[in-house]
Amino acid sequence: MLTIDNLHVSVEGKPILNGINLNVRAGEVHAIMGPNGSGKSTLSSVIAGNEAYEVTKGDIIYKNENIIELAAEERAQKGIFMSFQYPVEIPGITVTNFIKTAINSNLRARNEEKMPANIMLKKIREKAELLEIDSKFLSRSLNEGFSGGEKKRNEIFQMAMLEPSLSILDETDSGLDIDALKIVANGVNKLKNKNNAVILITHYQRLLDHIVPDYVHVLHEGRIVKSGGKELAHELEEKGYDWIK
Amino acid sequence: MIGSNKKTTMPLADKLVSSFLAFELDIDIQSPVHNIRTDAIKKFEKLGFPHRKLEAWKYTSLNKLLKEDYTLFSKKKNVLDFKNVKDFFLDNTESYKLIFVDGFFDSFLSQTSHEKVDVCIMSAALSKAKYTSIIKKYFNKSIEKGDSLSQLNTAFSKEGAYIHVPKNIILEKPIEIIHFATGNESALMLQPRNLIVLEEGAQAEIIESHQSLTDNPIFTNSVSEIFVSKNAHLDYYKIQNDRLSSSLIDNTYISQERDSNSKIHTFSFGGKLTRNNLNYYQKGSYINSTMKGITIIDDKQLVDHHTLVDHANPNCESHQDYKGIYSGSSTGVFNGKIVVDKIAQKTNAFQKNNNILLNDKSTINSKPQLEIFADDVKCSHGCTIGQLDQDALFYLRARGIPKKEAEALLTYAFANNVLESVNIPALKSKIKKIIANKLGVEIGFDL
Repeated sequence: MLTIDNLHVSVEGKPILNGINLNVRAGEVHAIMGPNGSGKSTLSSVIAGNEAYEVTKGDIIYKNENIIELAAEERAQKGIFMSFQYPVEIPGITVTNFIKTAINSNLRARNEEKMPANIMLKKIREKAELLEIDSKFLSRSLNEGFSGGEKKRNEIFQMAMLEPSLSILDETDSGLDIDALKIVANGVNKLKNKNNAVILITHYQRLLDHIVPDYVHVLHEGRIVKSGGKELAHELEEKGYDWIK
Repeated sequence: MIGSNKKTTMPLADKLVSSFLAFELDIDIQSPVHNIRTDAIKKFEKLGFPHRKLEAWKYTSLNKLLKEDYTLFSKKKNVLDFKNVKDFFLDNTESYKLIFVDGFFDSFLSQTSHEKVDVCIMSAALSKAKYTSIIKKYFNKSIEKGDSLSQLNTAFSKEGAYIHVPKNIILEKPIEIIHFATGNESALMLQPRNLIVLEEGAQAEIIESHQSLTDNPIFTNSVSEIFVSKNAHLDYYKIQNDRLSSSLIDNTYISQERDSNSKIHTFSFGGKLTRNNLNYYQKGSYINSTMKGITIIDDKQLVDHHTLVDHANPNCESHQDYKGIYSGSSTGVFNGKIVVDKIAQKTNAFQKNNNILLNDKSTINSKPQLEIFADDVKCSHGCTIGQLDQDALFYLRARGIPKKEAEALLTYAFANNVLESVNIPALKSKIKKIIANKLGVEIGFDL
C-alpha cells in the first residue's frame, strides 16, 4: 500500500529525515517509535502533504502512485488520513458541518453524488457511538475548548467517518488518560480490516498494549535504525532509547 | 455624438446648487419642509463635498466619484419586470415592499400598507396633510448639521421610504426597501430620503439594498432618519452588494428612547466605494444599540464604516462587531467613535473590529475613538488584523477539502458569529449564498 524509498526531508533548509525506507502492506499495523526530535511527526506530516516540509530526495509511493507532488487534499481524497497530534481549533465550524463538508468533498473528488442527509446522519450517530461521543459534542465548534481526550476522540471519529485506506496516528496517545486511551484504541481496532493499514507514531509503548502492531520501527536522527516485531516495543520500554543509538 | 461640442462639465457641487431652484419650483413649495430644504442647500453650498483634509475623510477620497457628469433627476420612469429582478427580493417570504426605480416609486413592484401601519413613500408624507404632524415632529431632526452630504440630501429630499409603526404594533412581515437603477441615464445621482418611526412598543424588521442593473455609473447619497421610541424594537439589515460601477454614501441616524433596542447589520460585498456613516443617539436609559457588519471585498473596492454611538444617558449598552475580509487591492476603513457623556454612568460599550487581509496589496485602516467623560463605565475595544491560519488550512485540506473551499470555510467561520444574529431565515441563506459566490465556491456553508 505504501512504500517510502530513501526519503530526505528538510524544514527551512535544515535536514530532518535522512533516508527513510518503509514498506506497509494492506492489513498491517506499523508502529514508529523514537525519542523527541527523531523526526516522527515530520514523517507523518510529509506523508499527509504538509507544504511546510520540503522533500529533497526520495519517493512516497501509495497504491502504485508517487504522491510527492500531490496536494494534501488530493492525498486525503485518495484515502490517506492523519490524526493530528495537535488538532487545530476552528471556531465557527461545528464538528458535524465539518465532517459533512469533508465527506462530500471526498465524494465530489471521486465524481460521486453527495451523501444523502439521512444516511449521513445515521453514519454520524453510529460512529459517534463507537467512540462514546455525546451528540451535544457534535454541534460544538471544531476542537474549540475540547479537552486533550476529546480532541483525540474527535480525530478518530473523523477517521471512522472517512474510512481511509491508510491511517497515520500521530501521537494519538499523548494527553489521554487510560479510559480515553482504551476508547480510542478500541475504535481503531474496530475500524481495522484486511484492506486498510495503520501507522502509529508514538513515543511510548503504552498505546501498543491496546493496538498491537505487526512491526515496530525505531526512528533516530531521521533514519530507521532498527525494525522488529511487537517485542521490540517492550524492549524499548525497558531499556529506553539509548541502547539503540 | 460625432460633431457635437463636448461640454465642459461644471463641478458637481456647483451643478447641484444651481439646479436647486428648478428642483424647488418643480415640487410643492408650500410644503412644510420648504424652509428646511432651502436652509440645507445653503449649508451645503458653504461646506461643499467632504475632502481628505478632513479627519473623518482621511482614508476615503470622493474625487474620482465627483468627476462623473451625473444626471441629477432621471427624466423618465422605467418599468421593471418582476421576473428580471426577483433575485434581489427575499425568497418565499411575505413582505412589505418599497421599490424605487431610478429614484421613482414603482407601485407595481411595491406592496405598501396604510392599515394599522404606514409603509409608504416620502413624496406622499411630505405633501399630504395627514402626515404633517409626524413630518414636523421628526423630519430632519436628527441629522448632523455639519455633515455636508446629509445637508445635500435634505436639500433634494423628495422620495424614499416612509414607515410609521404606531404604538404596540408588531409587524409580522419584514419590509424590503430596494432602490434599483436601470442605467437609463449615462450616469445618475440618486438621493433617497427615508424616515422611519417606531412608536412606543412597536417592532419592525427592515431590509434595505441598492441595486444597479447596468454598468452605468451610479452615485447614491442616501439619508435615513430612524426614531425608535420607548420599548420599541428595530432590526435593520443593509445589503450592500451592488455592481462595481456603483457607489453609495449611506448616512443613517438612529435616535433611541428609553428601553428600546435597535440592531443594524451591514453586509458590504459589492460597490466601488461604500461609505457608511452610522450614528446612534441614546436619548434615554436602558437602551441597547447593536451594530454588526461583514465586509468582504476585492479588486479596487473600498468600504468605509464610520460609526458613532452617543451615550448621553446612564445604564445603556452598545455592541459593535465588524468583520472584514480583504483581497485584491481593496481598502477597508473602520472608525468607531464612542462618546460617553458625564452623566452616562454604568454605560457598557463594546467594540470589536477583526480583519483578515488575504494578500499584501489590500489595506485596512482601523481606528477606535473613545471619548469617555463618565467614571463608572465599562468600555472596551479590540482590533485585529491577520491572515488565514495556515495550520487550520492544512487541517481542513488534510481531510480532503480543496484549498479554495477550505479558505472559504475559514473565512465563513471567521464571519459566522455576525450572521448568527440575522433573524430572517430567507435573508440568512441569501447572504450565505452571496458570501459563497463572493469567495468563488459552491459550498453552501449549511450542509
